[in-house]
Amino acid sequence: MSGQGDSAGFTGHMLDLDEDDDLEVFTKNTSLADGSSLPNSPGSMVNQYRLEDEDEGLQAVHTKDFFITVSNPESHVTAVETFITYKVVTRTTRSDFDSSEYEVSRRYQDFLWLRSRLEENHPTLIIHPLPEKFVMKGMVERFNESFIETRRKALHRFLNKISEHPVLSHSEHLKVFLTAEELAPHKKQGPGFLSRMGETMRSVANSVRGLKTRPGEFTVMQEYVEDFSNKMISVDKVTQRIIKEQKEYLDELKQYGPTYTQWAESEDELADSLRGVANCVEQCSQETEEQISHLSEVLLPTLHDYVLCAETLKTVMRRRDKIQADFETKNEALLSRKDDQEALQEEVNALADRIELADNALRGDWKRWHSGMRSDLRSAFLTTAEKNMKYYEKCSAVWESFLLTQRAETCQQKDGDDGS
Amino acid sequence: MHTTWVSLSVYINFPPCKIPPLSTNKTLQMVEDGSTLLCRMEICVAEAEKRSGKNAMGMQETFSVYLVETRLTDSGPDGRNPAPDCLWRRYSEFELLRSYLMVTYPFVVAPPLPEKRAEFVWHKLSADNMDPDFVERRRVGLENFLLRVASHPVLSNNKILYHFLTEHGWREAVYDTGFQAKADSRIRALSATFRVRNPDKGFVEMKHYSDELQSHTSQLLRARARVADRLYGVYKVHGNYGRVFSEWSAIEKEMGDGLQSAGHHMDAYAASIDDILEEEEHYADQIKEYLSYAEALRTVCRKHELTQFELEVASQDLISKKQQREELATGIVRTFSLKGMTNKLFGQEAPVQREARLKVLEELITEGEDTVKEKTAECEEHVEGAWLEMQRFKEQKDKDLREALINYALMQISMCKKVPSSSTCSAS
Repeated sequence: MSGQGDSAGFTGHMLDLDEDDDLEVFTKNTSLADGSSLPNSPGSMVNQYRLEDEDEGLQAVHTKDFFITVSNPESHVTAVETFITYKVVTRTTRSDFDSSEYEVSRRYQDFLWLRSRLEENHPTLIIHPLPEKFVMKGMVERFNESFIETRRKALHRFLNKISEHPVLSHSEHLKVFLTAEELAPHKKQGPGFLSRMGETMRSVANSVRGLKTRPGEFTVMQEYVEDFSNKMISVDKVTQRIIKEQKEYLDELKQYGPTYTQWAESEDELADSLRGVANCVEQCSQETEEQISHLSEVLLPTLHDYVLCAETLKTVMRRRDKIQADFETKNEALLSRKDDQEALQEEVNALADRIELADNALRGDWKRWHSGMRSDLRSAFLTTAEKNMKYYEKCSAVWESFLLTQRAETCQQKDGDDGS
Repeated sequence: MHTTWVSLSVYINFPPCKIPPLSTNKTLQMVEDGSTLLCRMEICVAEAEKRSGKNAMGMQETFSVYLVETRLTDSGPDGRNPAPDCLWRRYSEFELLRSYLMVTYPFVVAPPLPEKRAEFVWHKLSADNMDPDFVERRRVGLENFLLRVASHPVLSNNKILYHFLTEHGWREAVYDTGFQAKADSRIRALSATFRVRNPDKGFVEMKHYSDELQSHTSQLLRARARVADRLYGVYKVHGNYGRVFSEWSAIEKEMGDGLQSAGHHMDAYAASIDDILEEEEHYADQIKEYLSYAEALRTVCRKHELTQFELEVASQDLISKKQQREELATGIVRTFSLKGMTNKLFGQEAPVQREARLKVLEELITEGEDTVKEKTAECEEHVEGAWLEMQRFKEQKDKDLREALINYALMQISMCKKVPSSSTCSAS
């Protein structure tokens, strides 16, 4: 049974593996095993986060020292499989990087590896999600052009989010990911470290077992996360529906315009006006097409990212709860057992430190994440609203210029009548 | 809902009362007294009401009636304007009037009535004849019909029209004219297939044009209805944003106000489509009017064809009768006939019999000549009248439809301007 922490060696270095395939990987390491330049003591770590807190306003102005792009999807066919690689180009001013520019080739699996490593080392930080492995609905092929493009953009966003994170951007794994020619030698052996988004019922039960009191602030956070998740799913659904309706509207519009053109062919005086209307309808169709593209390519992916973020948040909260549960179980053992007091006390202290670290990490990152979320969604909705406004302005202008041509004609006609 | 006392229709401007050019043709002389009815009288269909009653089969039915109001514009001897007159008419009575006018003036392109049943309906629009929006649009269409008839140089002076507008006993008057029988025989004749030997080029072109007009307007209407349906869907789905944003705003501190405001805008946006599309139905009605006009135009062409055909038949008949007379008189058989053969085989008939037959033939020939003269005159009259009428119709059509297209553009612009630009502020 996992989650009991009863293996040998109470140094706290343990990997918790679920017996099912559903792996949930994190260490009980109190130090950052990936050798980052941050100090080890919890105290100074807390200070680190406090600083970040106060600098919330400054975060926005935080100078970017990473410029990363994900591009050029290429298909590779081997005897065993077919897969896509992406070109990852990094430009950086970081002193701990040997060069200022790198270009590597990475596949989706590599991104999964990076993210799972980050999760392992920072169990209660909020790490931006990766695009899903498969798309459930519809017959979307993995190698469908639009699927690849959507994935490429999501991978690009992922790397940018990581590289902007005050803690994660210093990860050794990130550095390896961005710079190493070959990633394979860096990937550890042993049972797969693929981190999955979901959890089994058992691991959920495990984390809840033994949890006596969860601090109020985290209960509030948990409730918020539940609500936020529901809202994001709804907004995502509504947006998808709007795109669908717009596409159907566009289809009909494309058939509507030509009815005017066809009619114009059997008219003489009226032909001009009919063609004018046909032209207006066609131009409006083009504008509609642009609007649809914006929704699909800008708004929807952002929303979808946050749907996945909500799931990440749930996972993070569960992990935090589990860490607390571990502490409480051990603490109870300490209080109830008479022997082994010294050893147990040491263990309990280590776990207490661990919970404090985890909580602080989460608190700090929560603020950062929430601020980022507000900024991202605000920007996405704002650009969409602007796009909408422009759409209506352009359509209005199209019809207005048609009216001008008609009014000119009317004046000509009137002059003609008076003259005759 | 009363319309104001100005003789304008909702969507077209009627020509000022001009005196049409003089003509020696006898039917056009009807117009020579100068003005149309609309110059002397204001007409409107002011209201619509629901009524119940027993129909011809004794069953209870609900139907709509329309209030026809008229007022003479010439002030009376005391200098004051006369009081308005009004009476209630059913749709079926309008149909009767139109049917009468079509039979009486076969070369006139009869103004159409608004549709009997709602067609080209998109899914949210009611197909119910009792639906208040439908009734209202029908009221407008009926008024338009009357205004068009009353401003027509030929139709407007008709007495039965005057009865329809002013008297309760108009039904008796219209049935007294005996038009029904003529209408029935025309319908029968028109539904038969016949071929004209020398079709008038102008009419052939016109008929072809009417087919084109019918086909194009109905395609346009069908496509427009589908577009309307889809646009409705787009707007309404945005209403879902309204709900979600409102709920979401409740769990956010910093974003709460922005989300609330965005939610309200989404609701307003979703609600705005109903009025937009209702207004667009008026545009659809204008196109529908010309769809029906195309049908009326086609009928005029067909009636001409029938007249032409009847003339050809009468002429052919006359020719063959004359030939028969010649044969009888001279004894020379030019054409093969059974009589001729039997004569050859069994001997000719007695002179007395021949005389008798000749006499009958002469009478028939005289009759035939009269028929031909009549039909020729009818044809010529029809051609001249119809030709002028079609010119008039073409000018009216070009003007009306151009205005309709302009109105459509204005509607589109107003729809674009309706979208609140303050929705961008709400997002922040």
